[in-house]
Amino acid sequence: MGLIEVIKPGQLSLIHDFGRFGLSQLGLTQGGPIDDYAYSWANFLLKNPTNSAVIEITLGQAAFYIHHECMLALCGGDLQAKLDGQPVANWSRFAAKKGQLLTFSLPRNGLRAYLAVKGGFEAPEHYGSCSTVERDRLGGLHCDGKGLNAGEFIAFHQHQTIKRSRKVTFRFTPDYNLPLVLRLIESYQCDKFSPAAKSTLYESEYTVSQSSNRMGYRLEGPALEAPSDSLLSEGIALGSVQIPPDGHPIILLNDRQTLGGYPKLGCVARIDLPRLAQAKPGQKVFFTQGDREGLQKVWCKWARFFGY
Amino acid sequence: MKSFRIEPVAECSVMIQLGTKIDPKFSLHIGHIADAIRYELMDVIMNVTPSYTNILVDYLPFLMPEATILQRLESIVKRELAHPPTHPANHIEIPVYYDLSVGPDLARFSEEKGLTIEQVISLHSQHTYHVCAMGFAPGFAFLAEVPDELVMPRHATPRLSVPAGSVAIAANQTAVYPESSPGGWNVIGNCPIPLYNPTGDVISPFSIGDTVSFCPIERDEYEELGGQLWDSLK
Repeated sequence: MGLIEVIKPGQLSLIHDFGRFGLSQLGLTQGGPIDDYAYSWANFLLKNPTNSAVIEITLGQAAFYIHHECMLALCGGDLQAKLDGQPVANWSRFAAKKGQLLTFSLPRNGLRAYLAVKGGFEAPEHYGSCSTVERDRLGGLHCDGKGLNAGEFIAFHQHQTIKRSRKVTFRFTPDYNLPLVLRLIESYQCDKFSPAAKSTLYESEYTVSQSSNRMGYRLEGPALEAPSDSLLSEGIALGSVQIPPDGHPIILLNDRQTLGGYPKLGCVARIDLPRLAQAKPGQKVFFTQGDREGLQKVWCKWARFFGY
Repeated sequence: MKSFRIEPVAECSVMIQLGTKIDPKFSLHIGHIADAIRYELMDVIMNVTPSYTNILVDYLPFLMPEATILQRLESIVKRELAHPPTHPANHIEIPVYYDLSVGPDLARFSEEKGLTIEQVISLHSQHTYHVCAMGFAPGFAFLAEVPDELVMPRHATPRLSVPAGSVAIAANQTAVYPESSPGGWNVIGNCPIPLYNPTGDVISPFSIGDTVSFCPIERDEYEELGGQLWDSLK
């Protein structure tokens, strides 16, 4: 058995596989990597099964000690990773030697990095998944929903390392710092919103609010008038755009509550969510109308490629 | 037979709309339809989330195209709607200590409705409720409908923390908070038994369609079962 040790977890380092599914009827959220695109590339570079456990490192300032040599992959936000002080290329696979220290400092692009190991990290399944969801007290190394702590060891199957690195082509690596244009698939209560409310959404500039997290991203900007008739709580799909009474959109992500009663305009395209999940407070966000059929085709292509 | 509507809400999600208002007696049927979908389409489905009047289905469109799943769902729903469940719902009895020390909003019912604590207790505990939806938080069951006399809007400003086990009323619904959380419901008592068990074999005793009743207990039994007063919970 190989080990890496958490020297410091930074602001938030969480164990995640693809997520916890099939229990939403009891109120259990899906969890899983909030940037599933970067997560999938990290596992892909190591030829891991799609559902292999990785570490989601948010906002950097983390350090891991390598106790046994291993092949690692790093994708997602650029948190200035260094191996014994030497920069490690993002969106790449590389070998780490016994005794090396992998460190992350402040984010230079995006917010969250995905660290994968060949064969996946070992973490107990808790109701079908090791994904860490603090609010539900599920997943993580100790099945209690807690993030990684300094001094904890994470195990993996020992394996041969190879020198040759491998990198995701630049065509497929996003620049997370660019302004975001989110494609909205109109659905749910969209027809109940006034044309004025909809044109406000499509014509305004929004910014990511400070109070955004794995549950949802809150946006600041012109308020929308929400339909006044009350709504019974209903299932919330990933990426739903809900408008609470203050009129500021909230886009619901992986750790969202399973039911909600605020009116929703529809859902942000799945292929746009990874970039939203990497957006920093203050980053600009725009909406445009999305075409469900076309977006579905593109998502299916990626899903097949990564083997979801 | 009820009419229904099925429409996609996202690339990987479809909503089945089965009505427009709460119908507690229909919840068992909704639960059955959700189970049938989960069972028959298990290879292509990620989540099936039933609620008061609708069912959200999350699926993998590259395994089953949208047009196909819409047809499959339509035939399942049609078939299930024609066959209401014949066996009785699972019944769950929840012990509750109704007291101002764990249910401060009992006072609101006397102030605004002129009901004594005893009247609130007997109205709330002599009624059978249906689990109409589960969610908001893990294991949180929305129970309908409370007797008219107990209908009470939620607090305009939610409490920052409502202790786990709190039995509460909002509008025409009642619920037990399985975990401590912020909340605006009117708290009238506390259930000392844990209702969300992430480390146990059964996560939650509730599922949609179950019937629930509340059984008043005295303070000594409440404490024996592990119940605590608000002062020590906060």
